[in-house]
Amino acid sequence: MKEQGTFRVKKGMAQMQKGGVIMDVTTVEQAQIAEKAGAVAVMALERVPADIRAAGGVARMADPTMVKKIMDAVTVPVMAKVRIGHIAEAQILEEIGADYIDESEVLTPADEEYHINKHGFKVPFVCGARDLGEALRRISEGAAMIRTKGEPGTGNVVEAVRHMRKVMDQIRQVVGKAEDELVVLAKELGVSVELLKEVKQEGRLPVVNFAAGGIASPADASLMMQLGSDGIFVGSGIFKSSNPQKVAEAIVKATMNYNDPKLLAEVSKDLGEAMPGLEMSTLTEANRMQERGA
Amino acid sequence: MKIGVLSIQGAVSEHLKHLELCGAEAVPVKSKAELSAVKGLVIPGGESTTIGKLIQAAGLDKPIKERAENGSLAVFGTCAGMVVMAGEVTDGLEGQPRLELMDTRVKRNAFGRQRESFETELDFKSFDRPLTGVFIRSPIITGAGEKVEVLTSLPEGIVAARQDNLLAVSFHPELTGDRRIHHYFLKMCRQL
Repeated sequence: MKEQGTFRVKKGMAQMQKGGVIMDVTTVEQAQIAEKAGAVAVMALERVPADIRAAGGVARMADPTMVKKIMDAVTVPVMAKVRIGHIAEAQILEEIGADYIDESEVLTPADEEYHINKHGFKVPFVCGARDLGEALRRISEGAAMIRTKGEPGTGNVVEAVRHMRKVMDQIRQVVGKAEDELVVLAKELGVSVELLKEVKQEGRLPVVNFAAGGIASPADASLMMQLGSDGIFVGSGIFKSSNPQKVAEAIVKATMNYNDPKLLAEVSKDLGEAMPGLEMSTLTEANRMQERGA
Repeated sequence: MKIGVLSIQGAVSEHLKHLELCGAEAVPVKSKAELSAVKGLVIPGGESTTIGKLIQAAGLDKPIKERAENGSLAVFGTCAGMVVMAGEVTDGLEGQPRLELMDTRVKRNAFGRQRESFETELDFKSFDRPLTGVFIRSPIITGAGEKVEVLTSLPEGIVAARQDNLLAVSFHPELTGDRRIHHYFLKMCRQL
């Protein structure tokens, strides 16, 4: 008998993406460029985060027709985003056969209190996190993959670095604690003791943890991998650059060879104009996407 | 015995851990020098388009093919690895780079999309009890030459097969606690 949608199958799908690059795409042509460049998956969107930022207003799930077109055009898995807490958008994406759902702060949250109960779905979910508490709360809701939130659409890696360092630092603290001390920490972080015990035992998050939110160059990808990321999401960084094909291939190679400076130097050459990018201090509180859905 | 896991992308650490627990010295392989030091090579699950492309970019395609063909290297592909090893691929990306080691025809994503991914019990040839197969957007073998020995099948097609020093399975033994297929592969390596 076949048992579909088990947690092992959902989490396993993310394990198969490790060491790879997942790219935001808005058209069939972009999806095909991403696949040819070696992307392990594409994220189908109507607008990349930089344009969502510029457009303002309410950002929602993409039109299913557009997601379907991309699914038909590539052989790699296709992910798509839903608003935080928007159960119906997630049901729609599962229905059309999207391979992974990103319950994402890049879109305007639908629920300011609750995330989606992701255990009820056969399709796996990825969620953003800024620290260990957020990551484990999302996992207890059923997330099969975690990514840093970073600050999407900025082309500025500083927030992704902050979030990855924070998670790694907290994991090291958990590993160093005695088991009876985990009870207090569990209360502080708002997570279960069982999950903390798992973190202590494995010395890592119980699911795959990617970097996202501001990665724009091969060097950024290498940096995040060196800090302990399992893989990389690139949003606006590829198709907002002047030579997407070349930048895409360079980021894929930099992710695989993140600890090889010679190869990094090679792939970083002559990439053309990168995306312009934003300095964090220019963002008002309301423009920071990472505060959404803690 | 030194066994490598092709360390381009995918479930690398899971295979390394399984091989270690089976008593092998398991090492990641990214370069020709690392490849030349191993007796067996695991091509893990991941995305076959990415792995195929980067095997070529790293210049590993020729040495793997040469050693697999002269019988000095055993190769074990899981999921994407089965695709990369296949002689022929249907439903793939046109011109997708591969190693073409086995006399097999493989269909990619044969069971559907991720929501159709599943676990099931399988009888594996020569094993005394069934094992759990974890199938994640898995391929199947839809055609095989006479040198290919079928090890287990589902109604949709062959999901594990061996051809001399080559082993390919559709599912993910590295995601369960059952290490019998890894032991089976190590035995193949010892017989070289």
